[in-house]
Amino acid sequence: MITNNQKQTGESGKSMNSYLAPLVQQIQPSGIRKFFDLAAGSKDIISLGVGEPDFKTPWHVREACVYSLERGFTGYTSNAGMPELREGIANYLHSRFAVTYNPADQIIATVGGSEAIDLALRALISPGDEILIPEPCYISYSPITAIGGGIPVGIETFGENNFKLTAADLEAKITPRSKILILCYPSNPTGAIMTREDWEPIAKVVEKHDLIVISDEIYAELTYGSNHVSFPSLPGMMDRTILVSGFSKAFAMTGWRMGYACGHPDLISAMLKIHQYTVMCAPSMGQVAALEALTNGMEEKDRMTDSYNQRRRLIVKGLREAGLDCHEPQGAFYAFPSVQRTGLTSDQFAQRLLMEYKVAAVPGSVFGLGGEGYLRCSYATSVAQLNEAIERIGAFVQQLERERTE
Amino acid sequence: MKEMDELKRKVLELLKEDARSSAALMATLLGAEEEDVKTAIEQMEKDHVIVKYATVVNWDKVSDERVTALIEVQITPERGRGFEGIAERIYLYPQVKSVYLMSGAYDLLVEVEGRNLREVANFVSEKLSPIDSVLSTKTNFTLKKYKQDGIIFEEHEEDNRLLISP
Repeated sequence: MITNNQKQTGESGKSMNSYLAPLVQQIQPSGIRKFFDLAAGSKDIISLGVGEPDFKTPWHVREACVYSLERGFTGYTSNAGMPELREGIANYLHSRFAVTYNPADQIIATVGGSEAIDLALRALISPGDEILIPEPCYISYSPITAIGGGIPVGIETFGENNFKLTAADLEAKITPRSKILILCYPSNPTGAIMTREDWEPIAKVVEKHDLIVISDEIYAELTYGSNHVSFPSLPGMMDRTILVSGFSKAFAMTGWRMGYACGHPDLISAMLKIHQYTVMCAPSMGQVAALEALTNGMEEKDRMTDSYNQRRRLIVKGLREAGLDCHEPQGAFYAFPSVQRTGLTSDQFAQRLLMEYKVAAVPGSVFGLGGEGYLRCSYATSVAQLNEAIERIGAFVQQLERERTE
Repeated sequence: MKEMDELKRKVLELLKEDARSSAALMATLLGAEEEDVKTAIEQMEKDHVIVKYATVVNWDKVSDERVTALIEVQITPERGRGFEGIAERIYLYPQVKSVYLMSGAYDLLVEVEGRNLREVANFVSEKLSPIDSVLSTKTNFTLKKYKQDGIIFEEHEEDNRLLISP
Protein backbone atom coordinates (compact mmCIF):
# COMPACT_ATOMS: atom_id res chain seq x y z
CA MET A 1 0.00 0.00 0.00
CA ILE A 2 1.30 3.41 -0.86
CA THR A 3 0.96 5.89 1.96
CA ASN A 4 0.38 9.54 1.44
CA ASN A 5 3.87 10.22 2.60
CA GLN A 6 5.30 7.77 0.07
CA LYS A 7 3.29 9.40 -2.66
CA GLN A 8 4.89 12.73 -1.93
CA THR A 9 8.43 11.51 -1.51
CA GLY A 10 8.59 8.19 -3.38
CA GLU A 11 9.92 4.99 -1.89
CA SER A 12 13.43 6.31 -2.03
CA GLY A 13 12.38 9.31 0.03
CA LYS A 14 13.07 11.56 -2.92
CA SER A 15 10.41 14.13 -3.81
CA MET A 16 8.68 13.10 -7.03
CA ASN A 17 8.60 16.75 -7.99
CA SER A 18 12.32 16.54 -8.62
CA TYR A 19 11.59 14.37 -11.65
CA LEU A 20 9.33 16.95 -13.25
CA ALA A 21 10.45 19.00 -16.19
CA PRO A 22 11.60 22.40 -14.95
CA LEU A 23 9.35 24.11 -17.47
CA VAL A 24 6.31 22.37 -16.03
CA GLN A 25 7.40 23.00 -12.45
CA GLN A 26 7.52 26.69 -13.15
CA ILE A 27 3.94 26.83 -14.42
CA GLN A 28 1.57 28.19 -11.78
CA PRO A 29 -1.87 26.59 -11.38
CA SER A 30 -4.60 28.66 -13.01
CA GLY A 31 -6.11 31.41 -10.86
CA ILE A 32 -9.46 30.08 -11.96
CA ARG A 33 -8.66 26.83 -10.16
CA LYS A 34 -8.75 28.57 -6.79
CA PHE A 35 -12.24 29.90 -7.45
CA PHE A 36 -13.33 26.55 -8.76
CA ASP A 37 -12.33 25.03 -5.40
CA LEU A 38 -13.96 27.81 -3.39
CA ALA A 39 -17.21 27.55 -5.32
CA ALA A 40 -17.27 23.76 -5.14
CA GLY A 41 -17.74 23.89 -1.36
CA SER A 42 -20.62 26.35 -1.38
CA LYS A 43 -24.28 25.82 -2.04
CA ASP A 44 -27.04 27.74 -3.85
CA ILE A 45 -24.55 29.65 -5.93
CA ILE A 46 -25.53 31.59 -9.00
CA SER A 47 -22.69 31.18 -11.40
CA LEU A 48 -21.54 33.84 -13.80
CA GLY A 49 -18.23 32.02 -13.91
CA VAL A 50 -18.97 29.56 -16.66
CA GLY A 51 -17.21 29.96 -19.97
CA GLU A 52 -19.61 27.85 -21.94
CA PRO A 53 -23.08 28.07 -23.47
CA ASP A 54 -26.03 27.24 -21.23
CA PHE A 55 -27.71 25.49 -24.16
CA LYS A 56 -27.43 21.79 -24.70
CA THR A 57 -25.92 20.76 -28.03
CA PRO A 58 -28.81 21.01 -30.54
CA TRP A 59 -30.75 17.76 -30.71
CA HIS A 60 -30.17 17.13 -34.41
CA VAL A 61 -26.40 17.22 -33.76
CA ARG A 62 -26.65 14.77 -30.88
CA GLU A 63 -28.97 12.58 -32.90
CA ALA A 64 -26.62 12.50 -35.90
CA CYS A 65 -23.85 11.32 -33.60
CA VAL A 66 -26.00 8.65 -31.95
CA TYR A 67 -27.14 7.39 -35.35
CA SER A 68 -23.55 7.17 -36.58
CA LEU A 69 -22.66 5.11 -33.51
CA GLU A 70 -25.61 2.81 -34.16
CA ARG A 71 -24.25 2.25 -37.64
CA GLY A 72 -20.89 1.36 -36.14
CA PHE A 73 -18.93 4.43 -37.17
CA THR A 74 -16.38 4.04 -34.40
CA GLY A 75 -13.00 3.75 -36.08
CA TYR A 76 -10.10 6.10 -36.75
CA THR A 77 -10.52 8.75 -39.38
CA SER A 78 -7.72 10.14 -41.48
CA ASN A 79 -5.24 12.10 -39.34
CA ALA A 80 -6.42 15.47 -40.55
CA GLY A 81 -10.06 14.52 -40.08
CA MET A 82 -12.86 13.20 -42.29
CA PRO A 83 -12.59 14.72 -45.77
CA GLU A 84 -16.30 15.66 -45.66
CA LEU A 85 -15.76 17.55 -42.43
CA ARG A 86 -12.76 19.45 -43.78
CA GLU A 87 -14.78 20.25 -46.88
CA GLY A 88 -17.61 21.45 -44.65
CA ILE A 89 -15.25 23.65 -42.64
CA ALA A 90 -13.79 25.13 -45.85
CA ASN A 91 -17.25 25.95 -47.22
CA TYR A 92 -18.38 27.40 -43.91
CA LEU A 93 -15.33 29.67 -43.52
CA HIS A 94 -15.63 30.82 -47.11
CA SER A 95 -19.29 31.70 -46.86
CA ARG A 96 -19.23 33.18 -43.37
CA PHE A 97 -15.89 34.99 -43.22
CA ALA A 98 -14.61 35.18 -46.79
CA VAL A 99 -11.47 33.14 -46.16
CA THR A 100 -10.59 30.35 -48.55
CA TYR A 101 -8.75 27.17 -47.58
CA ASN A 102 -8.10 23.99 -49.50
CA PRO A 103 -9.60 21.15 -47.45
CA ALA A 104 -6.98 18.73 -48.79
CA ASP A 105 -3.93 20.31 -47.19
CA GLN A 106 -4.91 23.45 -45.30
CA ILE A 107 -7.28 22.19 -42.60
CA ILE A 108 -6.90 19.84 -39.62
CA ALA A 109 -9.75 18.77 -37.37
CA THR A 110 -8.41 18.90 -33.81
CA VAL A 111 -9.40 17.96 -30.29
CA GLY A 112 -10.92 21.32 -29.46
CA GLY A 113 -9.53 24.72 -30.38
CA SER A 114 -7.09 24.20 -27.50
CA GLU A 115 -5.23 21.42 -29.28
CA ALA A 116 -5.08 23.53 -32.42
CA ILE A 117 -3.36 26.35 -30.49
CA ASP A 118 -0.98 23.91 -28.85
CA LEU A 119 -0.10 22.35 -32.22
CA ALA A 120 0.51 25.74 -33.78
CA LEU A 121 2.79 26.82 -30.94
CA ARG A 122 4.70 23.57 -30.83
CA ALA A 123 5.16 23.61 -34.59
CA LEU A 124 6.54 27.14 -34.55
CA ILE A 125 8.40 27.84 -31.32
CA SER A 126 12.16 27.54 -31.05
CA PRO A 127 13.51 27.96 -27.52
CA GLY A 128 13.72 31.61 -26.59
CA ASP A 129 11.23 32.86 -29.20
CA GLU A 130 9.00 35.60 -27.89
CA ILE A 131 5.26 35.17 -28.27
CA LEU A 132 3.20 38.33 -28.15
CA ILE A 133 -0.12 38.02 -26.33
CA PRO A 134 -2.61 40.89 -25.96
CA GLU A 135 -4.06 40.72 -22.46
CA PRO A 136 -6.40 40.28 -20.64
CA CYS A 137 -6.85 37.03 -22.53
CA TYR A 138 -7.82 33.38 -22.30
CA ILE A 139 -5.79 31.86 -19.48
CA SER A 140 -3.99 29.15 -21.47
CA TYR A 141 -1.96 31.11 -24.02
CA SER A 142 0.84 32.10 -21.72
CA PRO A 143 1.35 28.71 -19.97
CA ILE A 144 1.28 26.66 -23.18
CA THR A 145 3.72 29.10 -24.75
CA ALA A 146 6.06 28.55 -21.80
CA ILE A 147 5.59 24.76 -21.92
CA GLY A 148 6.52 24.92 -25.59
CA GLY A 149 9.78 26.69 -24.72
CA GLY A 150 8.69 30.16 -25.81
CA ILE A 151 8.67 33.35 -23.81
CA PRO A 152 5.21 34.87 -23.41
CA VAL A 153 5.19 38.66 -23.73
CA GLY A 154 1.97 40.29 -22.60
CA ILE A 155 0.66 43.40 -24.32
CA GLU A 156 -1.69 45.29 -22.04
CA THR A 157 -4.99 46.49 -23.49
CA PHE A 158 -7.17 49.01 -21.72
CA GLY A 159 -10.79 49.46 -20.72
CA GLU A 160 -10.76 53.06 -21.93
CA ASN A 161 -10.10 51.69 -25.41
CA ASN A 162 -12.66 48.88 -25.09
CA PHE A 163 -9.76 46.44 -24.70
CA LYS A 164 -8.79 46.70 -28.36
CA LEU A 165 -5.22 46.02 -29.40
CA THR A 166 -3.48 49.02 -30.95
CA ALA A 167 -0.62 48.96 -33.44
CA ALA A 168 1.45 51.25 -31.21
CA ASP A 169 1.09 49.00 -28.15
CA LEU A 170 1.95 45.96 -30.27
CA GLU A 171 4.98 47.56 -31.87
CA ALA A 172 6.30 48.74 -28.50
CA LYS A 173 6.67 45.12 -27.39
CA ILE A 174 8.37 43.79 -30.51
CA THR A 175 12.02 42.75 -30.25
CA PRO A 176 14.26 40.82 -32.65
CA ARG A 177 13.12 37.64 -30.85
CA SER A 178 9.41 38.26 -31.45
CA LYS A 179 7.99 35.54 -33.63
CA ILE A 180 4.31 34.92 -33.03
CA LEU A 181 1.31 37.08 -32.18
CA ILE A 182 -1.66 35.30 -30.60
CA LEU A 183 -4.97 37.03 -31.20
CA CYS A 184 -8.34 36.23 -29.68
CA TYR A 185 -11.19 38.41 -30.89
CA PRO A 186 -14.03 38.44 -29.98
CA SER A 187 -12.23 38.29 -26.68
CA ASN A 188 -12.56 36.05 -23.71
CA PRO A 189 -12.74 37.65 -21.10
CA THR A 190 -13.49 41.22 -22.23
CA GLY A 191 -16.01 40.73 -25.04
CA ALA A 192 -13.97 43.14 -27.18
CA ILE A 193 -14.03 42.84 -30.95
CA MET A 194 -11.83 44.30 -33.68
CA THR A 195 -13.23 45.99 -36.79
CA ARG A 196 -11.55 46.04 -40.17
CA GLU A 197 -10.31 49.56 -39.37
CA ASP A 198 -8.87 48.32 -36.08
CA TRP A 199 -7.12 45.42 -37.82
CA GLU A 200 -5.50 47.22 -40.73
CA PRO A 201 -2.70 48.97 -38.79
CA ILE A 202 -2.11 45.74 -36.82
CA ALA A 203 -1.67 43.83 -40.08
CA LYS A 204 0.92 46.40 -41.23
CA VAL A 205 2.96 45.86 -38.05
CA VAL A 206 2.68 42.09 -38.45
CA GLU A 207 4.02 42.34 -41.99
CA LYS A 208 6.74 44.83 -41.13
CA HIS A 209 8.13 42.61 -38.39
CA ASP A 210 7.51 39.34 -40.20
CA LEU A 211 5.35 37.83 -37.46
CA ILE A 212 3.28 34.69 -37.65
CA VAL A 213 -0.23 35.10 -36.24
CA ILE A 214 -2.28 32.51 -34.41
CA SER A 215 -5.80 33.88 -34.61
CA ASP A 216 -8.15 32.19 -32.15
CA GLU A 217 -11.59 32.93 -33.57
CA ILE A 218 -13.60 30.55 -31.42
CA TYR A 219 -16.14 33.31 -30.62
CA ALA A 220 -16.45 34.49 -34.24
CA GLU A 221 -20.15 33.63 -34.44
CA LEU A 222 -20.94 35.54 -31.28
CA THR A 223 -20.84 39.18 -32.31
CA TYR A 224 -23.58 41.71 -31.73
CA GLY A 225 -24.16 44.58 -34.10
CA SER A 226 -21.29 43.97 -36.49
CA ASN A 227 -19.96 40.96 -38.34
CA HIS A 228 -16.74 39.31 -37.31
CA VAL A 229 -13.69 40.22 -39.40
CA SER A 230 -11.44 37.20 -39.70
CA PHE A 231 -7.78 38.14 -39.43
CA PRO A 232 -6.57 36.07 -42.42
CA SER A 233 -9.10 37.89 -44.62
CA LEU A 234 -6.92 41.02 -44.40
CA PRO A 235 -4.61 41.68 -47.34
CA GLY A 236 -1.32 39.80 -46.98
CA MET A 237 -2.34 37.98 -43.80
CA MET A 238 -3.64 34.70 -45.25
CA ASP A 239 -0.28 32.92 -45.49
CA ARG A 240 1.09 34.15 -42.20
CA THR A 241 -1.96 33.35 -40.10
CA ILE A 242 -3.05 30.10 -38.52
CA LEU A 243 -6.77 30.38 -38.02
CA VAL A 244 -7.98 28.42 -35.01
CA SER A 245 -11.60 27.81 -34.17
CA GLY A 246 -14.01 25.16 -33.01
CA PHE A 247 -17.57 24.14 -32.37
CA SER A 248 -17.78 24.66 -28.61
CA LYS A 249 -19.17 28.17 -28.45
CA ALA A 250 -21.19 28.66 -31.65
CA PHE A 251 -22.89 25.27 -31.56
CA ALA A 252 -22.92 24.65 -27.79
CA MET A 253 -20.57 21.68 -28.13
CA THR A 254 -17.99 22.26 -25.39
CA GLY A 255 -17.70 18.68 -24.18
CA TRP A 256 -17.26 17.25 -27.67
CA ARG A 257 -13.80 18.80 -27.92
CA MET A 258 -14.02 19.54 -31.62
CA GLY A 259 -11.91 22.25 -33.16
CA TYR A 260 -9.83 22.95 -36.22
CA ALA A 261 -6.85 24.82 -37.55
CA CYS A 262 -6.42 26.29 -41.01
CA GLY A 263 -3.37 27.83 -42.64
CA HIS A 264 -0.59 27.62 -45.17
CA PRO A 265 0.02 23.98 -46.23
CA ASP A 266 3.58 24.04 -44.84
CA LEU A 267 2.38 25.13 -41.41
CA ILE A 268 -0.55 22.71 -41.39
CA SER A 269 1.72 19.88 -42.51
CA ALA A 270 4.05 20.55 -39.56
CA MET A 271 1.12 20.70 -37.14
CA LEU A 272 -0.26 17.48 -38.60
CA LYS A 273 2.97 15.66 -37.73
CA ILE A 274 2.54 16.52 -34.06
CA HIS A 275 -1.19 15.82 -34.18
CA GLN A 276 -0.74 12.34 -35.68
CA TYR A 277 1.91 11.32 -33.16
CA THR A 278 -0.07 12.58 -30.16
CA VAL A 279 -3.80 12.05 -30.72
CA MET A 280 -3.89 10.29 -34.13
CA CYS A 281 -7.14 11.98 -35.05
CA ALA A 282 -10.01 13.86 -33.45
CA PRO A 283 -12.75 11.53 -32.10
CA SER A 284 -14.75 10.15 -35.01
CA MET A 285 -18.14 10.65 -33.29
CA GLY A 286 -17.27 14.27 -32.60
CA GLN A 287 -16.39 14.76 -36.24
CA VAL A 288 -19.77 13.42 -37.33
CA ALA A 289 -21.49 15.78 -34.90
CA ALA A 290 -19.40 18.72 -36.07
CA LEU A 291 -20.27 18.05 -39.70
CA GLU A 292 -23.96 17.93 -38.82
CA ALA A 293 -23.65 21.22 -36.94
CA LEU A 294 -22.06 22.91 -39.94
CA THR A 295 -24.50 21.42 -42.41
CA ASN A 296 -27.80 21.93 -40.62
CA GLY A 297 -27.07 23.95 -37.52
CA MET A 298 -27.13 27.57 -38.66
CA GLU A 299 -30.71 28.25 -37.62
CA GLU A 300 -30.15 26.97 -34.10
CA LYS A 301 -26.89 28.88 -33.90
CA ASP A 302 -28.72 32.10 -34.84
CA ARG A 303 -31.36 31.44 -32.21
CA MET A 304 -28.72 30.95 -29.52
CA THR A 305 -26.81 34.06 -30.59
CA ASP A 306 -30.03 36.11 -30.42
CA SER A 307 -30.58 34.85 -26.92
CA TYR A 308 -27.03 35.81 -25.81
CA ASN A 309 -27.55 39.24 -27.30
CA GLN A 310 -30.72 39.75 -25.26
CA ARG A 311 -28.99 38.70 -22.09
CA ARG A 312 -25.99 40.88 -22.90
CA ARG A 313 -28.27 43.92 -22.85
CA LEU A 314 -29.76 42.79 -19.56
CA ILE A 315 -26.45 42.25 -17.76
CA VAL A 316 -24.76 45.42 -18.98
CA LYS A 317 -27.73 47.53 -17.90
CA GLY A 318 -27.99 45.61 -14.63
CA LEU A 319 -24.31 45.91 -13.75
CA ARG A 320 -24.34 49.63 -14.47
CA GLU A 321 -27.44 50.09 -12.33
CA ALA A 322 -25.73 48.05 -9.62
CA GLY A 323 -23.04 50.71 -9.54
CA LEU A 324 -20.24 49.15 -11.60
CA ASP A 325 -18.70 50.73 -14.70
CA CYS A 326 -19.12 48.35 -17.58
CA HIS A 327 -18.04 48.84 -21.17
CA GLU A 328 -20.35 47.37 -23.76
CA PRO A 329 -19.04 43.99 -24.89
CA GLN A 330 -19.51 43.47 -28.62
CA GLY A 331 -18.78 39.78 -28.77
CA ALA A 332 -18.46 36.45 -26.89
CA PHE A 333 -20.72 36.06 -23.84
CA TYR A 334 -18.86 37.92 -21.12
CA ALA A 335 -19.34 41.28 -19.48
CA PHE A 336 -16.17 42.70 -17.94
CA PRO A 337 -17.21 45.36 -15.44
CA SER A 338 -14.72 47.39 -13.46
CA VAL A 339 -14.73 46.95 -9.69
CA GLN A 340 -12.06 49.60 -9.12
CA ARG A 341 -14.40 52.13 -7.53
CA THR A 342 -15.17 49.69 -4.71
CA GLY A 343 -11.57 49.89 -3.51
CA LEU A 344 -11.17 46.11 -3.56
CA THR A 345 -8.87 44.14 -5.81
CA SER A 346 -10.62 41.95 -8.33
CA ASP A 347 -9.61 38.90 -6.33
CA GLN A 348 -11.00 40.32 -3.07
CA PHE A 349 -14.19 41.41 -4.80
CA ALA A 350 -14.76 38.02 -6.43
CA GLN A 351 -14.01 36.12 -3.21
CA ARG A 352 -16.35 38.19 -1.07
CA LEU A 353 -19.05 38.15 -3.73
CA LEU A 354 -18.82 34.38 -3.78
CA MET A 355 -18.63 33.78 -0.05
CA GLU A 356 -21.08 36.46 1.14
CA TYR A 357 -23.51 36.83 -1.75
CA LYS A 358 -23.20 33.44 -3.45
CA VAL A 359 -22.43 34.76 -6.89
CA ALA A 360 -19.49 33.17 -8.69
CA ALA A 361 -17.56 35.30 -11.15
CA VAL A 362 -13.92 35.25 -12.18
CA PRO A 363 -11.50 37.98 -11.08
CA GLY A 364 -9.95 39.81 -14.02
CA SER A 365 -6.47 39.40 -12.56
CA VAL A 366 -6.29 35.77 -13.71
CA PHE A 367 -6.47 36.89 -17.34
CA GLY A 368 -3.14 38.70 -17.31
CA LEU A 369 -2.07 42.31 -17.78
CA GLY A 370 -4.86 44.86 -17.61
CA GLY A 371 -7.28 42.41 -16.01
CA GLU A 372 -6.79 43.60 -12.45
CA GLY A 373 -9.70 45.74 -11.31
CA TYR A 374 -12.24 43.87 -13.45
CA LEU A 375 -14.56 40.92 -13.07
CA ARG A 376 -15.53 38.43 -15.77
CA CYS A 377 -19.26 37.77 -15.70
CA SER A 378 -20.57 35.20 -18.15
CA TYR A 379 -24.13 35.93 -19.25
CA ALA A 380 -24.67 32.47 -20.69
CA THR A 381 -27.20 31.76 -17.97
CA SER A 382 -30.95 32.15 -17.62
CA VAL A 383 -32.66 35.54 -17.42
CA ALA A 384 -34.01 34.68 -13.97
CA GLN A 385 -30.52 33.79 -12.71
CA LEU A 386 -29.04 36.91 -14.27
CA ASN A 387 -31.64 39.10 -12.61
CA GLU A 388 -30.97 37.49 -9.24
CA ALA A 389 -27.19 37.76 -9.70
CA ILE A 390 -27.47 41.44 -10.62
CA GLU A 391 -29.59 42.08 -7.55
CA ARG A 392 -27.03 40.39 -5.32
CA ILE A 393 -24.12 42.25 -6.92
CA GLY A 394 -26.03 45.51 -6.37
CA ALA A 395 -26.55 44.64 -2.69
CA PHE A 396 -22.85 43.78 -2.34
CA VAL A 397 -21.74 47.05 -3.94
CA GLN A 398 -24.05 48.95 -1.59
CA GLN A 399 -22.62 47.09 1.37
CA LEU A 400 -19.10 48.01 0.27
CA GLU A 401 -20.23 51.60 -0.04
CA ARG A 402 -21.51 51.52 3.55
CA GLU A 403 -18.27 49.94 4.78
CA ARG A 404 -16.28 52.71 3.15
CA THR A 405 -18.30 55.51 4.73
CA GLU A 406 -18.49 54.01 8.23
CA MET B 1 -44.11 49.49 -39.71
CA LYS B 2 -41.69 46.71 -40.50
CA GLU B 3 -39.80 47.51 -37.31
CA MET B 4 -43.02 47.26 -35.31
CA ASP B 5 -43.80 43.89 -36.90
CA GLU B 6 -40.33 42.66 -36.00
CA LEU B 7 -40.74 43.92 -32.44
CA LYS B 8 -44.12 42.20 -32.16
CA ARG B 9 -42.64 38.91 -33.34
CA LYS B 10 -39.85 39.12 -30.80
CA VAL B 11 -42.23 40.09 -28.00
CA LEU B 12 -44.40 37.07 -28.85
CA GLU B 13 -41.37 34.79 -28.64
CA LEU B 14 -40.51 36.14 -25.20
CA LEU B 15 -44.10 35.84 -24.00
CA LYS B 16 -44.25 32.26 -25.23
CA GLU B 17 -41.23 31.57 -23.04
CA ASP B 18 -42.65 33.38 -20.04
CA ALA B 19 -46.05 35.05 -20.15
CA ARG B 20 -45.21 36.92 -16.96
CA SER B 21 -42.30 38.85 -18.49
CA SER B 22 -42.72 42.54 -17.81
CA ALA B 23 -42.64 45.14 -20.58
CA ALA B 24 -39.59 46.67 -18.90
CA LEU B 25 -37.66 43.39 -18.94
CA MET B 26 -38.61 42.67 -22.55
CA ALA B 27 -37.57 46.17 -23.57
CA THR B 28 -34.15 45.62 -21.99
CA LEU B 29 -33.69 42.21 -23.59
CA LEU B 30 -34.68 43.49 -27.01
CA GLY B 31 -32.92 46.83 -26.80
CA ALA B 32 -36.27 48.56 -27.39
CA GLU B 33 -38.22 51.34 -25.69
CA GLU B 34 -40.57 50.17 -22.96
CA GLU B 35 -43.39 52.26 -24.43
CA ASP B 36 -42.97 50.55 -27.81
CA VAL B 37 -43.19 47.14 -26.18
CA LYS B 38 -46.35 48.16 -24.32
CA THR B 39 -47.89 49.50 -27.53
CA ALA B 40 -47.02 46.29 -29.38
CA ILE B 41 -48.67 44.16 -26.68
CA GLU B 42 -51.79 46.34 -26.57
CA GLN B 43 -52.16 46.14 -30.34
CA MET B 44 -51.72 42.39 -30.37
CA GLU B 45 -54.25 41.95 -27.58
CA LYS B 46 -56.70 44.15 -29.44
CA ASP B 47 -56.15 42.29 -32.72
CA HIS B 48 -56.56 38.96 -30.95
CA VAL B 49 -53.04 37.92 -31.92
CA ILE B 50 -52.51 37.40 -28.22
CA VAL B 51 -55.65 35.47 -27.38
CA LYS B 52 -55.07 34.74 -23.74
CA TYR B 53 -52.30 34.39 -21.14
CA ALA B 54 -52.50 30.82 -19.88
CA THR B 55 -50.48 28.49 -17.69
CA VAL B 56 -49.23 25.09 -18.77
CA VAL B 57 -50.15 22.76 -15.90
CA ASN B 58 -49.04 19.22 -15.27
CA TRP B 59 -52.33 18.01 -13.75
CA ASP B 60 -50.80 14.63 -12.95
CA LYS B 61 -49.02 16.35 -10.09
CA VAL B 62 -52.20 17.77 -8.64
CA SER B 63 -54.46 15.46 -6.66
CA ASP B 64 -57.33 16.38 -8.88
CA GLU B 65 -58.84 13.51 -10.83
CA ARG B 66 -59.36 14.25 -14.48
CA VAL B 67 -59.10 12.33 -17.71
CA THR B 68 -58.53 13.55 -21.21
CA ALA B 69 -59.56 11.89 -24.45
CA LEU B 70 -58.68 12.67 -28.05
CA ILE B 71 -61.69 11.80 -30.16
CA GLU B 72 -61.43 11.25 -33.89
CA VAL B 73 -64.72 12.33 -35.46
CA GLN B 74 -65.90 11.65 -38.99
CA ILE B 75 -68.64 13.98 -40.18
CA THR B 76 -70.67 14.86 -43.24
CA PRO B 77 -69.98 18.45 -44.14
CA GLU B 78 -73.03 20.77 -44.45
CA ARG B 79 -73.95 22.36 -47.75
CA GLY B 80 -72.64 25.91 -47.89
CA ARG B 81 -70.96 25.80 -44.48
CA GLY B 82 -68.66 22.82 -44.80
CA PHE B 83 -67.32 21.81 -41.41
CA GLU B 84 -67.78 25.19 -39.71
CA GLY B 85 -71.28 24.67 -38.30
CA ILE B 86 -70.55 21.23 -36.86
CA ALA B 87 -67.24 22.37 -35.46
CA GLU B 88 -69.01 25.24 -33.70
CA ARG B 89 -71.65 22.95 -32.26
CA ILE B 90 -68.92 20.78 -30.85
CA TYR B 91 -66.51 23.40 -29.54
CA LEU B 92 -69.22 25.25 -27.62
CA TYR B 93 -69.48 22.37 -25.14
CA PRO B 94 -67.45 23.32 -22.06
CA GLN B 95 -66.05 19.78 -21.83
CA VAL B 96 -64.34 20.30 -25.18
CA LYS B 97 -60.85 21.76 -24.73
CA SER B 98 -59.78 21.91 -28.36
CA VAL B 99 -61.06 21.12 -31.83
CA TYR B 100 -58.94 20.78 -34.96
CA LEU B 101 -60.01 20.16 -38.57
CA MET B 102 -57.73 17.43 -39.85
CA SER B 103 -56.68 15.95 -43.14
CA GLY B 104 -56.53 12.16 -43.32
CA ALA B 105 -58.71 9.37 -42.00
CA TYR B 106 -61.07 11.54 -39.97
CA ASP B 107 -62.27 15.14 -40.03
CA LEU B 108 -62.21 16.62 -36.55
CA LEU B 109 -59.91 15.90 -33.65
CA VAL B 110 -61.72 16.82 -30.45
CA GLU B 111 -60.01 17.01 -27.08
CA VAL B 112 -62.42 16.35 -24.25
CA GLU B 113 -61.74 16.59 -20.55
CA GLY B 114 -63.79 15.05 -17.76
CA ARG B 115 -63.50 14.06 -14.12
CA ASN B 116 -63.51 10.34 -14.96
CA LEU B 117 -63.90 7.86 -17.81
CA ARG B 118 -67.66 7.65 -17.39
CA GLU B 119 -68.06 11.41 -17.76
CA VAL B 120 -66.13 11.43 -21.02
CA ALA B 121 -67.92 8.32 -22.27
CA ASN B 122 -71.28 9.91 -21.50
CA PHE B 123 -70.32 13.03 -23.38
CA VAL B 124 -69.39 10.98 -26.45
CA SER B 125 -72.49 8.80 -26.39
CA GLU B 126 -75.03 11.41 -25.34
CA LYS B 127 -73.76 14.62 -26.92
CA LEU B 128 -71.26 13.99 -29.68
CA SER B 129 -72.43 10.84 -31.44
CA PRO B 130 -76.12 11.82 -31.73
CA ILE B 131 -75.29 14.94 -33.77
CA ASP B 132 -76.84 14.31 -37.19
CA SER B 133 -73.74 14.95 -39.26
CA VAL B 134 -71.48 12.83 -37.09
CA LEU B 135 -70.81 9.55 -38.86
CA SER B 136 -68.46 7.94 -36.39
CA THR B 137 -66.28 8.59 -33.37
CA LYS B 138 -63.18 6.88 -32.08
CA THR B 139 -62.21 7.72 -28.53
CA ASN B 140 -58.55 7.59 -27.44
CA PHE B 141 -57.93 8.16 -23.75
CA THR B 142 -54.74 9.92 -22.78
CA LEU B 143 -52.73 7.81 -20.37
CA LYS B 144 -49.93 10.24 -19.66
CA LYS B 145 -48.79 13.58 -20.98
CA TYR B 146 -45.07 13.80 -21.68
CA LYS B 147 -44.94 17.03 -23.61
CA GLN B 148 -47.37 19.82 -24.30
CA ASP B 149 -46.91 23.07 -26.22
CA GLY B 150 -43.22 22.29 -26.58
CA ILE B 151 -42.76 21.84 -22.84
CA ILE B 152 -41.48 18.52 -21.57
CA PHE B 153 -43.26 17.76 -18.29
CA GLU B 154 -40.79 15.46 -16.61
CA GLU B 155 -37.64 17.26 -17.65
CA HIS B 156 -35.84 18.91 -14.79
CA GLU B 157 -33.76 21.66 -16.31
CA GLU B 158 -30.63 21.19 -14.28
CA ASP B 159 -27.53 23.17 -15.05
CA ASN B 160 -24.83 20.54 -14.93
CA ARG B 161 -22.02 22.86 -15.88
CA LEU B 162 -19.09 23.49 -13.57
CA LEU B 163 -19.60 26.62 -11.49
CA ILE B 164 -16.37 28.12 -12.76
CA SER B 165 -14.68 27.23 -16.02
CA PRO B 166 -12.18 28.79 -18.40
